[in-house]
Amino acid sequence: MITLLGVGAAAALGAVARYLLDQYVQYRRPGAFPRGTWLVNISGSFALGLVVGLGARHGLPEQVLTIVGAGFCGAYTTFSTFSHELVRLYEQGQTGKSLLYGASSLLVGLAAVTAGFAVTTL
Amino acid sequence: MAVDRDADVSLTTAREPFRSRVHGRLLAAVALGGLLGGTARYGLALAFPTPAGTFPLTTFAVNVSGAFLLALLLVYLVEVRRRSGSVRPFAAVGFLGSYTTYSTWMFDTERLLGGGHCTLAVLNVLGSLLAGLAATALGLAVGRRVPAVAGDVRSRFRNRFRRIP
Repeated sequence: MITLLGVGAAAALGAVARYLLDQYVQYRRPGAFPRGTWLVNISGSFALGLVVGLGARHGLPEQVLTIVGAGFCGAYTTFSTFSHELVRLYEQGQTGKSLLYGASSLLVGLAAVTAGFAVTTL
Repeated sequence: MAVDRDADVSLTTAREPFRSRVHGRLLAAVALGGLLGGTARYGLALAFPTPAGTFPLTTFAVNVSGAFLLALLLVYLVEVRRRSGSVRPFAAVGFLGSYTTYSTWMFDTERLLGGGHCTLAVLNVLGSLLAGLAATALGLAVGRRVPAVAGDVRSRFRNRFRRIP
């Protein structure tokens, strides 16, 4: 029950952090390429790798891992917006940007989660 | 969200300080939606756990259903209603943003790769991506059809009403 409440609270924080970072990136560097969501998904993937690594090698309690990993990182990063932005870029004739956004999100996202895990388990 | 920016969120220009863009009411809506969306995803993960070394079907279903719902909601808010108030921050950014997840998708894929389940890893990346895109396209298409159908029903109703002398 405590874990469930913790996950909910961490998810609320994650959502607000995603919103603020996305708004800030749009404010600093406006443009068609969804830099905000890109940055959110990559940094969140790195953070999740980090947290799982801390759990695996440094004895981070399971409950903390669930709250930060599933709650914060899970809510901070988003799939629905990612997919929506890919389709909207394509619809607006920005096929190149759409492909670049999709491919770079996947490749850098996978690299980021691996790097996060590697940093804590070296 | 770079693509469809909300009028009530992004009317300010880049010259204004960033803090003028941040409204407590919107943050509260995002936080409440995020709390509910994250809890819903975690609840589903508890109810339908996927063992290590198998296809992460729960996350897949959550992400694909969330992609469909987001497209449906945004097409309605942006193209039909043309303004959203607190609905977009609460339901789109908060709830559906937190309900779906990218980090777990990446992490599960990395785990499958590390465990030597290369086929499942590729299936997880490409399967979620393609199903997500299809779900988004379907959501947009359904969302654009609904007002047309509703308008049609309304005009038929009006026409019938007019025929009464």
